[in-house]
Amino acid sequence: MLEHVELFFKSIFIDNMVFAVFLGMCSYLAVSKKVATAVGLGAAVIFVLAVTVPMNWLLDKYLLQDGALVWLGPEYADYNLSFLSFILFIATIATMVQLVEIVVEKFSPSLYNSLGIFLPLIAVNCAILGGSLFMQAREIETLGLAFNYGVSSGIGWFLAILAIAAIREKIRYSNVPAPLRGLGITFIITGLMGIGFQSFGGMLTGGGEEAEEANEQVNQVSQPEKVTPVKEVIVEKNEEIDEKVISYNDVNK
Amino acid sequence: MALLSKKDTNLILDPLTDNNPITIQVLGICSALAITAELEASIVMAISVIFVMATGNVVISLMRDIIPSKIRIIAQLIVVATLVIIVDQVLKAYAYELSKTLGAFIGLIITNCIIMGRFEAFALANGPWRSFLDGIGNALGYGIILIIVGFFRELLGSGTLLGFPVLGDPITKTGLYATGYENNGFMIIPPAALIVVGIIIWVQRSRNPALVEEN
Repeated sequence: MLEHVELFFKSIFIDNMVFAVFLGMCSYLAVSKKVATAVGLGAAVIFVLAVTVPMNWLLDKYLLQDGALVWLGPEYADYNLSFLSFILFIATIATMVQLVEIVVEKFSPSLYNSLGIFLPLIAVNCAILGGSLFMQAREIETLGLAFNYGVSSGIGWFLAILAIAAIREKIRYSNVPAPLRGLGITFIITGLMGIGFQSFGGMLTGGGEEAEEANEQVNQVSQPEKVTPVKEVIVEKNEEIDEKVISYNDVNK
Repeated sequence: MALLSKKDTNLILDPLTDNNPITIQVLGICSALAITAELEASIVMAISVIFVMATGNVVISLMRDIIPSKIRIIAQLIVVATLVIIVDQVLKAYAYELSKTLGAFIGLIITNCIIMGRFEAFALANGPWRSFLDGIGNALGYGIILIIVGFFRELLGSGTLLGFPVLGDPITKTGLYATGYENNGFMIIPPAALIVVGIIIWVQRSRNPALVEEN
């Protein structure tokens, strides 16, 4: 259970798809002009990641990994088909996206109307293929964890596009230097948001409380020491200034 | 030039400056930024994309009359995926360390929007030779940005270029470090790439005001 919670928060905040590994940047930049469309695309990404990552996990586990074909019989144990993973993953994603589109259109026209236009875009969104490739690279152990990874990465991406869309709606009222308008400032804001997200990095390392207490103690000890010399310097400066003023006045007199 | 007409030359030169895939068309940013902390990785990535892009454009252009338009996305994905597998296997065979560094990002060339974008916009409507030039041009435009970003991030972040220390040794304090210069660790972290690209866009649009966006 704990590993699920850990993976969930890690994928959303620490390994955020947009800010840590730059996945899905193209649609992130292109579809983030309005909050409403950003929410639609974000929801579609969560949905498709939740379907494709477990699918590709099964493919990886039972078809592609070194020795994965052993369930066919002991003579297949030496096969390593992992070089085929790119083509199989992307084929699965393209097929699943088509399938999801057909199913959603059939059973929930209202959901189709809100997600539908984004689904074809998603087949070529790097966040989707990236989700599967990183799932493979990180050697996620169970199907449940793979599903968790898909959903939480999708939520991380959703959060990122929602935040940038809200900022871009507001920034229309700001006086941005002309050459930076549009794309340039979006890049820089994303960079600054990424720096903010870096601060989540220590979230799961544990032992934080003790370290914080130690820091506070250090601060308490060091603060008076630091403050006093500054005051002295200020006082000295004031004195110097006073002296100068006096001498200046003297000259005037 | 005898080999290239003026129109063909423009196919190569336009994407390098005024129609750059990254800074103007906003394509292919996904895989561009994560691997630019080192110059060597940027160069290898640029070469890989040039290969995939030029070959893929020719293949799609040759097949443009036999691909039914309904399944063209899947057909395009299969062509790119095949080419990327070739690149990946070659890198694993001849530059194993580098292929470890690039990791999943070689695979992500498949979903690089430049490639799909040029297939859709150009290769499906033009002959093989022009598609080849268009592929080379756009991939070069992409590669140039990658190399500029990689150059500054490695130089300012680690004080090296292609792994060679060009600013002196930070431990024994030689060269520039003797004057008290320090490496800027900020350039190594991922968000710095975004800011460097933002600055490139800024410089480019200051020089050419025609490119400035409304908002």
